[in-house]
Amino acid sequence: MTTITPTIRVQCEDFDQQAEIDRMTKGRHDVGAVVTFTGLCRGESGRLEALELEHYPGMAEAEITRIATLAIERFSLLGLTAIHRYGTIATGENIVLVVAASPHRQAAFDGANFVMDFLKTSAPFWKKEHGRDGKAGDWISAKDADDRARDKWQG
Amino acid sequence: MTKLVYFAWVRERIGKAEEELALPAEVVTVDDLLNHLRGLGEEYEAALQFPDVIRVAIDQEHVEHDEPIAGAREIGLFPPMTGG
Repeated sequence: MTTITPTIRVQCEDFDQQAEIDRMTKGRHDVGAVVTFTGLCRGESGRLEALELEHYPGMAEAEITRIATLAIERFSLLGLTAIHRYGTIATGENIVLVVAASPHRQAAFDGANFVMDFLKTSAPFWKKEHGRDGKAGDWISAKDADDRARDKWQG
Repeated sequence: MTKLVYFAWVRERIGKAEEELALPAEVVTVDDLLNHLRGLGEEYEAALQFPDVIRVAIDQEHVEHDEPIAGAREIGLFPPMTGG
């Protein structure tokens, strides 16, 4: 049995979703399903200019790798890529990408969903709002709904 | 000496991103550490006045507040995470 190693990147620059899919599937004939999730910076009805993404260097990569490895084992994935940006991200820009590959669709859907649910609650990133009025606003508060989304995978 | 690193509003309220502190011997657990830091000044009190919400990592791994800190090289204190 081959061990699948996840591709994890924490970076300032943008990512190319199609390039990441191609990198995962090129030259293979065992992949039957690829699911991608892309998270973008929402404008909140025109109120926001950008989000400032702070992270804990080193731990951010380690924690996403730990989550990705759990997903690969649990859903027998053939490939998993997770990329999370940091720095100032304008509304409409990408924040996070997850690509999951498997022989059949359900495992790829579940794998991408699982990674996002755990990433939101345990990968060390924090968002601060920057308003269109030019002022630095508040740090975004964690949501109970995110904890519940994570907890549904237990048991 | 123990290296402490702070993030997001914990960092902003304390007013620094990291520091090295000599911790007294009676500081055994994460809870003890949070209580000790709150006594270091009003900026620490402002950051840590609700210790239950503070998340903690020892050597870049999440820990609970009853975890012993002996042997820790780096302790991170931060708010609940909001990435993704």
